[in-house]
Amino acid sequence: MVISVDHLTWMYKTMYKIRYYEDKMAEAYAEGKNPVFNIGAGPVPGEMHLATGQEPAAVGICVHLKKEDTVTSPHRPHHHAIAKGVDLNRMTAEIFGKVTGLGKGKGGHMHLFDPDVKFSCGGIVGAGIPHALGAALAAKKKGTDWVAVAFIGEGAANQGAFHESLNMAALWNLPLIVVIENNQYGISVPKSASTSVPSNDIRAVAYGMKGYYVKDNDPIEMYHVSKEAVERARKGGGPSIIEIETYRYLGHFQGDPEVYRDKNEVIGLREKDPIIRMRQLLITEYRIEEQRLIELENKAKQEVEAAYQFARESDYPEPEDALNDLFV
Amino acid sequence: MQKTKQRLLTGNKAIAEAIRLEMERDPNVFVTGEDVGAYGGIFGATEGLFQQFGPERVMDTPISETAFIGAAIGAAAEGMRPIVELMFVDFFGVCMDQIYNHMAKIPYMSGGRVKLPMVLMTAVGGGYSDAAQHSQTLYATFAHLPGMKVVAPSTPYDLKGMMISAIRDDNPVVFMFHKTLQGLGWMDQLDASVGHVPEEAYTVPIGKAKVVREGTDITIVGIQMTTHYALEAAKKLEQHGIQAEVIDLRSLVPLDRETILQSIKKTHRLLVVDEDYLSYGMTAEIAAIAAEDGLYDLEAPVKRLAVPDVPIPYSRPLEQFVLPNADKIFHEAMKLVNE
Repeated sequence: MVISVDHLTWMYKTMYKIRYYEDKMAEAYAEGKNPVFNIGAGPVPGEMHLATGQEPAAVGICVHLKKEDTVTSPHRPHHHAIAKGVDLNRMTAEIFGKVTGLGKGKGGHMHLFDPDVKFSCGGIVGAGIPHALGAALAAKKKGTDWVAVAFIGEGAANQGAFHESLNMAALWNLPLIVVIENNQYGISVPKSASTSVPSNDIRAVAYGMKGYYVKDNDPIEMYHVSKEAVERARKGGGPSIIEIETYRYLGHFQGDPEVYRDKNEVIGLREKDPIIRMRQLLITEYRIEEQRLIELENKAKQEVEAAYQFARESDYPEPEDALNDLFV
Repeated sequence: MQKTKQRLLTGNKAIAEAIRLEMERDPNVFVTGEDVGAYGGIFGATEGLFQQFGPERVMDTPISETAFIGAAIGAAAEGMRPIVELMFVDFFGVCMDQIYNHMAKIPYMSGGRVKLPMVLMTAVGGGYSDAAQHSQTLYATFAHLPGMKVVAPSTPYDLKGMMISAIRDDNPVVFMFHKTLQGLGWMDQLDASVGHVPEEAYTVPIGKAKVVREGTDITIVGIQMTTHYALEAAKKLEQHGIQAEVIDLRSLVPLDRETILQSIKKTHRLLVVDEDYLSYGMTAEIAAIAAEDGLYDLEAPVKRLAVPDVPIPYSRPLEQFVLPNADKIFHEAMKLVNE
């Protein structure tokens, strides 16, 4: 199957942008936390879950989505938010706790809401799946061809919310696609110690829906599989599950001592990095000029730099604003 | 005296009529939950709706409270106005994450950008030997957590008017109806479960308590069954020359502090009665309001009557022992006015 140059370059640029964004976030997060790590210190306090290495899952499906499609995301949300087109300035400001943020500083990095592009995320494992289910239900009730995508980690596939939602999505034939990013660990527990099946796509059989497995963190394969799942959902063909084998290069959160894995594991993973692989592929197989890729990379960097500048220069909310927005 | 024509409805029919009128008015309103379809809701709150609107708008669900309450949240975020029924409030344990971490917090965490115009309707209350897992009211459990409006109407008139207000509200509203006040043929037949309900759509404001009986000697605050018990006790107190003022809270969030404080200015005595657990509950909240803002109006300490911090027991004498009733209110009130 042919992929258009537009799609290829969008995917490459967006992966690059996500990587650059997360690298900068790791730096910003570390500010004020040295020499003694204090989770509450610095310009970006609180927990921080970065998606470095997990870019293919986000871009491989979001390339097929439009503004009206809904995306829900878990506690590790930046790659999904960027791929769905969330306002990067306001997202970054939110993470810095600023009044210009998406939630005026009330949400933070795990609670980003951008209704303009129908993106939301949350810090409770598996809890976003029912929200995507409801968005899919609304899409069907309104007679649209909109779809809903719930991104989750492989750990969430053992939550009741996952199984309840899949049953209902299949029962009501809803346009829901659950993307499981299998990054191998639920915090410290390897998948083999938490999950009764080798991969979660086979759980689709239990709900009478289609399941897909994408191996080796491959954005191109993710593209093809997602295209099929999204197109089927749009045509009223019902829900699916996609599991992608992916990797997080960093800890579960920044500051994770990572005692549960060998340091060489990550070194090995970085050697077969999906962004580097895709860059080579675009040049050698798709005959895209390297100069064009460099331009895309620079553009991505500029957008990210601008967002961080916007966030840093923005004001904090007035303390009393804590009392607002409980009810509309 | 001119007699106005009374149109009598049971509590359940009043709720169902409210939902029917709103579904006719607004295509975004739909109902979902367990047995809300052909059955009409285990406590009759959706009676007749399935027959009129069909399975697309009155949707039975699997026994998957997390998924269907979560789906209502997702649909509400898309501009739908779902009414989702949690069959018994006691079942909150399997889905409280969706209710509290999501329904109640998303509007706030989004800085007000995401609205969730939804109603979580649920049956509360005991008194019919359904034991510890099917008899709670849990008023305070929900009212304690910020981000949800919580209402618990006591009459068919208020059930209809507050349901319409709840559906039209752009915030999540927890709508608690008391099983015994539904007027169902298979429960105790109470006069209070039948009442005048106008045919047309009307609203009763959320956040306003109602003085249901005026008096000068003691204020008795109740909600749902305890309001009705208080009214019964007030009649008996009157025979002893005591005029009790009875306040029906109707709404736990927002809570109408003013009506309570105004009343104790007049009566100088306060008895708070609740079918929920005693400690950390509604009675404590009202007592705290009186202590903070009405202490100098009081001539005697505040008294509280509620379930004495045990699960609701099964056997009739045990259950009757822990639940408030008119006799208990009468005795507490007598003690209080004589202090």
